[in-house]
Amino acid sequence: MATRTEFKNPLIRWVDDRLPVFTYLDHEYNQFPMPKNLNYWWNFGALASVVLVLMIVTGIVLAMQYTAHVDLAFESVDRIRRDVNYGWLLQYIHMNGASMFFIVVFIHLFRGMYYGSYKAPRELLWMLGVVIVLLMMGTSFMGYVLPWGQMSFWGATVITNLFSAIPWVGDAIVTWLWGGFSVDNPTLNRFFALHYLLPFVLFAVVGLHVVAVHVTGSNNPTGIDVQAPRDTVSFHPYFTAKDSVGLVAFLMFFAAVVFFAPNLFGEPDNYIKANPLQTPAHIVPEWYFLPFYAILRAVPHKLLGVIAMFASIAVLFVLPWLDRSKVRSANYRPIHNGLFWIFLADCLFLGYIGANPAEGWFVWGGRIGTIWYFAHFLVLVPLVSMFERPRPLPASISEPVLKEKR
Amino acid sequence: MADEVQASDADGEESSRRDFLYLATLAAGAGLGGAFVWPLIDSMNPAADVLALSSIEVDIGSIVAGQGITVKWRGKPVFIRHRTAGEIQQARADDAAELPDRQADADRVERPEWLILVGVCTHLGCIPLGQKTGDPKGEFGGWFCPCHGSHYDTSGRIRKGPAPENLAVPHYTFLADGIVRIG
Amino acid sequence: MRTMRSLVIAAAAVLAGVTGVQAAGEKIELPDRNWSWQGPIGSFDRAELQRGLQVYTEICASCHSLRLVAYRNLEALGYGEEEIKAYALNYEIHDGPNDQGEMFTRPAIPSDRFVPPFPNEQAARASNNGAYPPDLSLMTKARKNGANHLFGLLMGYADEPPEGFELMDGMSYNRYFPGHQIAMPPPLYEGGVEYADGTEATVEQMAVDVTAFLAWTAEPELEERKSLGIWVLAYLAGLFVIMVAVKRRVWSDVKK
Repeated sequence: MATRTEFKNPLIRWVDDRLPVFTYLDHEYNQFPMPKNLNYWWNFGALASVVLVLMIVTGIVLAMQYTAHVDLAFESVDRIRRDVNYGWLLQYIHMNGASMFFIVVFIHLFRGMYYGSYKAPRELLWMLGVVIVLLMMGTSFMGYVLPWGQMSFWGATVITNLFSAIPWVGDAIVTWLWGGFSVDNPTLNRFFALHYLLPFVLFAVVGLHVVAVHVTGSNNPTGIDVQAPRDTVSFHPYFTAKDSVGLVAFLMFFAAVVFFAPNLFGEPDNYIKANPLQTPAHIVPEWYFLPFYAILRAVPHKLLGVIAMFASIAVLFVLPWLDRSKVRSANYRPIHNGLFWIFLADCLFLGYIGANPAEGWFVWGGRIGTIWYFAHFLVLVPLVSMFERPRPLPASISEPVLKEKR
Repeated sequence: MADEVQASDADGEESSRRDFLYLATLAAGAGLGGAFVWPLIDSMNPAADVLALSSIEVDIGSIVAGQGITVKWRGKPVFIRHRTAGEIQQARADDAAELPDRQADADRVERPEWLILVGVCTHLGCIPLGQKTGDPKGEFGGWFCPCHGSHYDTSGRIRKGPAPENLAVPHYTFLADGIVRIG
Repeated sequence: MRTMRSLVIAAAAVLAGVTGVQAAGEKIELPDRNWSWQGPIGSFDRAELQRGLQVYTEICASCHSLRLVAYRNLEALGYGEEEIKAYALNYEIHDGPNDQGEMFTRPAIPSDRFVPPFPNEQAARASNNGAYPPDLSLMTKARKNGANHLFGLLMGYADEPPEGFELMDGMSYNRYFPGHQIAMPPPLYEGGVEYADGTEATVEQMAVDVTAFLAWTAEPELEERKSLGIWVLAYLAGLFVIMVAVKRRVWSDVKK
């Protein structure tokens, strides 16, 4: 923001001279140069921020109707759907919004992996993204407890019990998390408090993520740096228009789920009020936790299983240094490209395993999937990045589309 | 905000068609946002279960003359008073008195012996005293608000003090068998 | 057995129209009816709902509560205020304390929620050989493929269990219940209710009607939700078309 934008409107100019918010907006969202070759996979960051805003807005009005007490929570959520004006709409948007958020963010994350967006100089941007995923997981887990159905209760019980694997202090930590000797009213209350708090922390980290991307500029499908102004177009109107196309398409998908299949992603058991004396026959986490749940169960040791599960996300933090290749985009890395798709399939496979009971072939299937998951990051990616011979890179962003139309 | 990036080489007709398209899109997008805001706002209005409690039925058959009861309606107290002949007479006589909020007693009751009022002082929302036998009833034998000293008469009319209006009369109807429905 | 949701949906589509018990494993194939409220423009059949209310009232309500639904909600079934008042008057509600500090019972009014048959879970278990008849308010949402599950359960009783099946004392055999032993005795029998509209009360008719009624209690917003959804999707589709046009216009001057 070296130079101020000159505004015609005197009021805007008056404010801008004292607090250059309009200059900032103009620079970052109007004139900001974007690589002109971004494809629609680059929509998902913008989509994620729209979902975050939708979640915060619906969450605030839902919180006005919700009662965080074990005797009343289930009934209060049902009352929202039954009696509150448009309560069903807001509750279904919020409930499915969590799934939408993860769909969009997972696509965003895999896009970053495919095109090498985590590489220098965007390492910190990538790590902030991993922090965002972690915050989302914490927030959605606690949010899922609030309706106080059977899955809420038993999910909370199982996940909080993970911490009992910590040697020496595990049990004390779990008791502290619960504020009692089981998941009960104190637990529900603190989860509600934290579920209301964390989205704002999330919002702040998203802010940092956005600032970081505006420092380095966006990566692009070729993975090569912007060299000249002819490689770029301004953010507005080019990417406001392109992002809006993606946004409307996404909203259609979102609306189709909310209005016509609101319980598609949900578990029927969560429409049964929590009963601390009876566990449902099959308990599964929400779909976005399934791959991690599979990794947890793949390790036949309590503590190591928990460590493996957390490591599966922690490994993303060091990905920028595991992949030593100078070439970013997998489009020019034939072996890495193959590895990426196998890894994606492995994640889906682990999700499938996580949804099934740990018996029969699902047990060793989960182990193979887990081994591949870690081998991908810790062995295959580093090795391939050292020995692979990339295909020739185009000279500039403007060039490849002219020459090699695939 | 700032100047839009526009291609300048288009001819007039072309660019006006484009402007129309942009405006239509902007309007449609704004319409969508606006339509989404309404459920958020409306969710804060009274819900169906709250509205269902907005009328209550009260059995007044056992209230003898000179007694009153207080019932809760829409979260506020409602005074139901079975007036004595003396009180009715007093209230009618006071129609001629100096009244800050002039209203005849006959306009404030459906049946003279039953006075039904929202028991909230019209000054700043306190609950006036006078329902219980030991309560001060103020200088005019009705109710007395302890917060800022408003005096109400036997028809619930303001006579003295800072309150600007008479105690409100809710909408009510007498059903059969000594039952009154308020609301 | 549990499979991913998408696979369940795919499997359900493949198995459409099949009824009966699958031999392999514990997988139970539920009946698959075409319910009036399914599909993007589905809606409830008011006559069906009214008959279903009657079945619930005269049969189910002696054991099963419906505690999330209020009498006033019956307006959606096409009843008037007076009819609902009269219906609610049949039930006694514990209320209080009164001016003497005593608890009392009073007749229910439309703003009350359905009065449960038992005051608490313990009382319900005591009256039902230790089994707890679950609340039915959300039943069709609280089971996978809820409506078909419920309908199957009501239709799935057999007088005699199959050869070699060991039925515990006081239990009934049911084709569609997981494990095939259910504590609830067959609730429906021919002519179990006398329908106010004169419909013949076969077991299937009653099962259909009460399933419809309970689908409504679980999702009273369904009709509003779907009709609003059509408008929202249509609006978004229109917006999508002009958005694509705008995007093409904007990008038309960019050399690829």
